Amino acid sequence: MKLHEYQSKKIFEVNGVPIPRGRVANSASEVKQIAEELGGRVVVKSQVLVGGRGKAGGIRLAKTPSEAKDLATIILGMEIKGLPVRKLLVDEAVGIKHEIYLAVVDDRASRSPVIIASEAGGIDIEEVAQETPEKIIKIMIDPLMGLQDFQARDIALGIDLPRPLWKNFVQILHGLYNAYKATDASLAEINPLVITENDKLLALDAKMVIDDNALFRHPELIEFRDLDVEDPAETEARKYGLSFIKLDGEIGCMVNGAGLAMATMDIIKQHGGNPANFLDIGGGAGSSKVSAALRIILSDPKVKVILINIFGGITRCDEVAKGILAAFEEVKVKVPVVIRLVGTNAEEGRALLAGADMETADSLVEAAQKAVSMAGEGV
Amino acid sequence: MSILVNKSSRILVQGITGNEGIFHASQMFDYGTNIVAGVTPGKGGEWVLNGKVPVFDSVKVAAEATGADVSVIFVPARFASDAMIEAADANIPLVICITEGVPVHDMMRVREYLDQKNIKLVGPNCPGLLTPGEAKVGIIPGNITKPGNIGVVSRSGTLTYEVLYAMKNQGLGASTCIGIGGDPVHGINFLQTLELFEADPQTDQIVMIGEIGGTDEQKAADYISRYMTKPVVSFIAGQTAPPGKRMGHAGAIIESGTGTAEEKIEALRSAGVQIAKHPEEIAQILNR
Repeated sequence: MKLHEYQSKKIFEVNGVPIPRGRVANSASEVKQIAEELGGRVVVKSQVLVGGRGKAGGIRLAKTPSEAKDLATIILGMEIKGLPVRKLLVDEAVGIKHEIYLAVVDDRASRSPVIIASEAGGIDIEEVAQETPEKIIKIMIDPLMGLQDFQARDIALGIDLPRPLWKNFVQILHGLYNAYKATDASLAEINPLVITENDKLLALDAKMVIDDNALFRHPELIEFRDLDVEDPAETEARKYGLSFIKLDGEIGCMVNGAGLAMATMDIIKQHGGNPANFLDIGGGAGSSKVSAALRIILSDPKVKVILINIFGGITRCDEVAKGILAAFEEVKVKVPVVIRLVGTNAEEGRALLAGADMETADSLVEAAQKAVSMAGEGV
Repeated sequence: MSILVNKSSRILVQGITGNEGIFHASQMFDYGTNIVAGVTPGKGGEWVLNGKVPVFDSVKVAAEATGADVSVIFVPARFASDAMIEAADANIPLVICITEGVPVHDMMRVREYLDQKNIKLVGPNCPGLLTPGEAKVGIIPGNITKPGNIGVVSRSGTLTYEVLYAMKNQGLGASTCIGIGGDPVHGINFLQTLELFEADPQTDQIVMIGEIGGTDEQKAADYISRYMTKPVVSFIAGQTAPPGKRMGHAGAIIESGTGTAEEKIEALRSAGVQIAKHPEEIAQILNR
């Protein structure tokens, strides 16, 4: 789950990472009031969960409260990369001497947290990594020991930070690491961490991504979820414990198991078709799950045919077939359906479905070929 | 022969009195797996599976009483890291965690601790192990495969069952089938499994089922080209997966353009691995 800048900054503040004075607003008049409180010169920042807000005109400097109000009106009317701007963060404007990049991130290869830092902050870090990789330093953190002071000093040295700022930098990096740990983040990023004209370190921006699997122990973060960034069908699917991702094609897929669901999509593509979605109904396949899955697939008007691919292992195919029949009673399906049942009790399952208006297939390839030809795609 | 588990493995089931635990423990038991103990804190002294398996309060006590040398974990995600560390603390040399949804930060700590104690971990978020005719340790259905000479290793569940089933229909059986799990931070990887299969006299060919995300397959490809003498057949799922989206498994995601199916297939192909276009084709290639 991605957090907004203002949400991430709240977490930073609690953990001792210094942030500019500021507050979040929902309207232009609120923005004006906050700007007055902050002394006039402010930065008005759109709160949307995509990169490139600045380039899109979603971050603007205002010299007076009334200018802030005017800019707020403009930004609140914007869509940035398809996402509506509903909230603005109003921060005091700060004079900047230098910009640094600093982040703690899960590193899959070393199976440990990694600190990434660069003297070239403020811009896209992936660009820096490509063009001037020598300007990026990385230090692995032992997950049992946590961040050590000397490691933080090594980073300060590596990014050429002026010595008088080292002590404060070590505190800030500990704060960032603690914010990452305390929230089960997969990413906690400051870009830029600035040296102000008064030689103070300040986190001007903040970005955090939280591990969805850890949300059970962070009830305080659940309300931070922004449903605007998700396809409504994906939100609906999550309610039923289904794993669903919307794609662009015409063939709706319902499969048990993530790997098999991906393989099914791949084979559709190999035969000239295009999958409309990824959908893993998970273990078991009771009628309530199957009907939810059908409703979600059919909510996409582009879907011309549905391919159901079930491998019965511990869950027997006859049980799955019963679930499918019950779901078809409930959900009116007007597009053709191709179904493939394999594995434990597949014969019994197919017998149950014999009376239903469905095309059956024995192999995955056959199922894909039938679905593609029914959708009028391929050769 | 086989890898990691066989008929003399002494299996302990953590979470044996839970719904999942007792269901799968009874499936394992019926398969003939040598289950010697169960653990559920607070239920020590009970007996399960028709009074044949004793339940203990802790892994340590269970291991001392029964000599268990493999632990399989069926506890909910929020208790899984504690269960893995408890098993390691009791010096169980092989720990298999079936549980899905374990937080990544927990797994980083668990992996570090288990590595330091030199304990092998399989999973989490995996279907476990099956050595056909000898031991079923996890949730792989016993009836979809038979004993044979093909080693199978995979990051996914049902996709693996699909391959085992297609193999069985072509008359092919498995030496051991191992699901290494779909999480970004997990235990044993493709490379380590290939080493075990290469050394196992009963394994003649290997099937490796990968998917998008991470670099495990690329590292395996490097190992295969340098050291493997046995043929490897592979299928990589997720060629049509969009970047930046988690495809069901927490670890199945293309990040910053890396971990794509194409790059994995390319690496494996240049290591001499035969790539199947679809899972059913694996069985056909093996039979050539």
